[in-house]
Amino acid sequence: MDLSAINPVVLTASLMVAATPILLAAIGELVVEKAGVLNLGVEGMMIIGAICGFAIAVETQSPLLGFIAAALGGAVLSMLFGFMTQVLLSNQVATGLALTLFGLGLSSLMGQSYVGIKAPSTPSLNLGPLSDLPVVGKILFSHDLMVYVSIAIIAGVWYMLRYTRTGLVLRAVGESHDAAHALGYKVIRIRLLAIGFGGACAGLGGAYLSLVRVPQWTEGMTAGAGWIALAIVVFASWKPWRVMIGAYLFGGITVLQLNLQAAGAKIPVELLSMSPYLITILVLVIISSDRRRAALSAPADLGKSFHASL
Amino acid sequence: MTELLKISGLTKAYPGVVANDDVSFTVAEGEVHALLGENGAGKSTLVKMIYGLVKPDSGTMDLHAAPYTPSEPRAARASGVAMVFQHFSLFEALSVAENIALGMENPPKMHELSQRIRDVSETYGLPLDPDRLIGELSAGERQRVEIIRCLLQDPKLLIMDEPTSVLTPQEVDVLFETLRKLSAEGTAILYISHKLEEIRALCDAATILRLGKVVATCIPREQSAREMAEMMVGQALHTPKASGAEPGDTVLQVSNLSLPSATPFGTTLTDISLDLKRGEILGIGGVAGNGQDEFLNALSGETKTAPDAVQFEGQPIGNLGPNERREIGVLCAPEERLGHAAAPDMSLTENAVLTAVQRKELAQNSFVNWGKSRDYAKEIIKAFDVRTPGPGNAARSLSGGNLQKFVIGREVLQNPDVLVVNQPTWGVDAAAAADIRQALMDLAAKGAGVIVISQDLDELMEVADRFCALAGGRLSSSRPTQGLTVDEIGLMLGGAHDAEQEAAPEAEPTHAE
Repeated sequence: MDLSAINPVVLTASLMVAATPILLAAIGELVVEKAGVLNLGVEGMMIIGAICGFAIAVETQSPLLGFIAAALGGAVLSMLFGFMTQVLLSNQVATGLALTLFGLGLSSLMGQSYVGIKAPSTPSLNLGPLSDLPVVGKILFSHDLMVYVSIAIIAGVWYMLRYTRTGLVLRAVGESHDAAHALGYKVIRIRLLAIGFGGACAGLGGAYLSLVRVPQWTEGMTAGAGWIALAIVVFASWKPWRVMIGAYLFGGITVLQLNLQAAGAKIPVELLSMSPYLITILVLVIISSDRRRAALSAPADLGKSFHASL
Repeated sequence: MTELLKISGLTKAYPGVVANDDVSFTVAEGEVHALLGENGAGKSTLVKMIYGLVKPDSGTMDLHAAPYTPSEPRAARASGVAMVFQHFSLFEALSVAENIALGMENPPKMHELSQRIRDVSETYGLPLDPDRLIGELSAGERQRVEIIRCLLQDPKLLIMDEPTSVLTPQEVDVLFETLRKLSAEGTAILYISHKLEEIRALCDAATILRLGKVVATCIPREQSAREMAEMMVGQALHTPKASGAEPGDTVLQVSNLSLPSATPFGTTLTDISLDLKRGEILGIGGVAGNGQDEFLNALSGETKTAPDAVQFEGQPIGNLGPNERREIGVLCAPEERLGHAAAPDMSLTENAVLTAVQRKELAQNSFVNWGKSRDYAKEIIKAFDVRTPGPGNAARSLSGGNLQKFVIGREVLQNPDVLVVNQPTWGVDAAAAADIRQALMDLAAKGAGVIVISQDLDELMEVADRFCALAGGRLSSSRPTQGLTVDEIGLMLGGAHDAEQEAAPEAEPTHAE
């Protein structure tokens, strides 16, 4: 085994790229769950975003338009979920699972003519002297726009939930929809907006996979990333910065195990492949092991249907 | 006094029931106006219409002699109408200041709001820390949050729905001081309650509703509580009578029971000891959320404890589950009727089977004998006058009082040696409550030991032979109810543990005056 083939700087730089899809999907789901809705359709919305983004980027040769289309695609699909669960009061778990299956199927149909095509490349940002810094420049300041957008979304969501009235109302709706309704807040409208935001974020995450990380279209290319995003939200105790830690940890181990496989480590490939999932969940479980505190940050009305009766 | 709110001919019908039928009354500025009536009389619907949560089918409302048609609570608040809810509309995981900000139209910045909360709470003698989480507060403190939220809006009309049902006698005194002060400043208060003595002490006028109609108006100070009660129910009341039998041997003993709480906002039980004799009723008073549910679970077997902590006729049973305890004759009826005491979507027959299957032998070789089960459900319905079309109806379809009669009846008819009930008459109308109390007293007279956990002190004084208080997860020593005064009970409820905590803030009201 030749460990010297693994360059720590390249490894650290690529972990941010590997983590960004999950990061985007997870922060969107965090907002949805904070509003009291459990949308298990993240995987489906991601893959719809992946194909929408890929198709539009190929047709227009503009990755930016591709990302916008991906966000729209994810949001439109999430509105299907929103309409079913919030207006027709269907079961959120079942509807979310159906959404994943529907998204996977629809995306392979939409993507038939795009298999094997190469996506237009997304340029890295040139941050001038910052990008030229040794080590740090390579790790932090030589990525494409979406990596920074994803971190900005994390910071924005954190600020919104913690300091703004919008965030307070959102948390209140997730905490007790009956009390929020009694105070005159529009529970269903707020939840629909949150679901739409979650769908757009998941779509962006999917497009990042198909346009930057891979970058091409293959059926089922999300490969469970949506599920790991869901798990990260729970184990991060619904805290935005912890979601980022979880996503980067997952991305980091994914990259590391790929490098180890390439370097011919004497560990069975199956073990290496499962390690990102295993280690991420393990670490986050340990972080959130104080059950009393975890129960405090969980939205109390998560997954409950709201019906304004009498 | 000038007229503030005028209601004329307000009507609201729901499918199958007319909640309000041609209701008219007026409230003057600074008046404390009581709205009286049994459960289902239409009080809640009426105030929801005033607060803009429900739209009336017909009729008009005038505020300050101008037409008032609030389309939503925001509009009502903008017009100066504020409401304190019966079931608190608070968010447990948010702080006091955040909760208050949610109920305001244009809240100031958080630190300014915190300062205003401190100011108002000092002015009205309602001590409150803006940074604490709601989940950590007692019921009385939670109510202060609601009241302060309303006061910050500078309301002209304050609606209070059953505000004292969760308060200790001392907290009620503090609340009444605040309300009198508000009324003196010209704020009108619409006060909903079924505690008649409180209404006599506080209110200037009363409107009495029955089945959605105004049946009487009166000046509470000039009526006796009994007269008002009879106006409410429309018939004479009978008072349960105790047999006065001597208590027998100890049947249930709890010694040094301690249980850590399972949830962040639960109560930890600390060193609870009691003994219950055959033929007596032990009343456990205390404000909800002080360990009542946890204690009931420890007695029912839902939470297991050290074997010796709970003993039945000298045998350790602390490690037995609910079914094993039922088999030896220790039965419980928990507080939450739908979801804990009964499965909402199952029929009464099925609900009867759930707890009575062993003692009534409703199953043979693991197969339920439905004929026998149905007969047992019918027996309960008949003996306890449960108003329902039949045992095949879902538990959910019964009104609160009827389901409570069924739940209590289901346990009483199994002839238990020990029966523990939590809030047996909560939300039950006066006539049904009297029936339930009578049944509990008859059961004790037949030689069973009965524990009644309740927030309603009048109820405990009526049925219990001995009284003890549960506060902060600690149980006081018991005292005979005969000759116990309200002040003494208040002190027991405050508990030594709370007294220290409350001592400092409680000094402020006197200081503020």
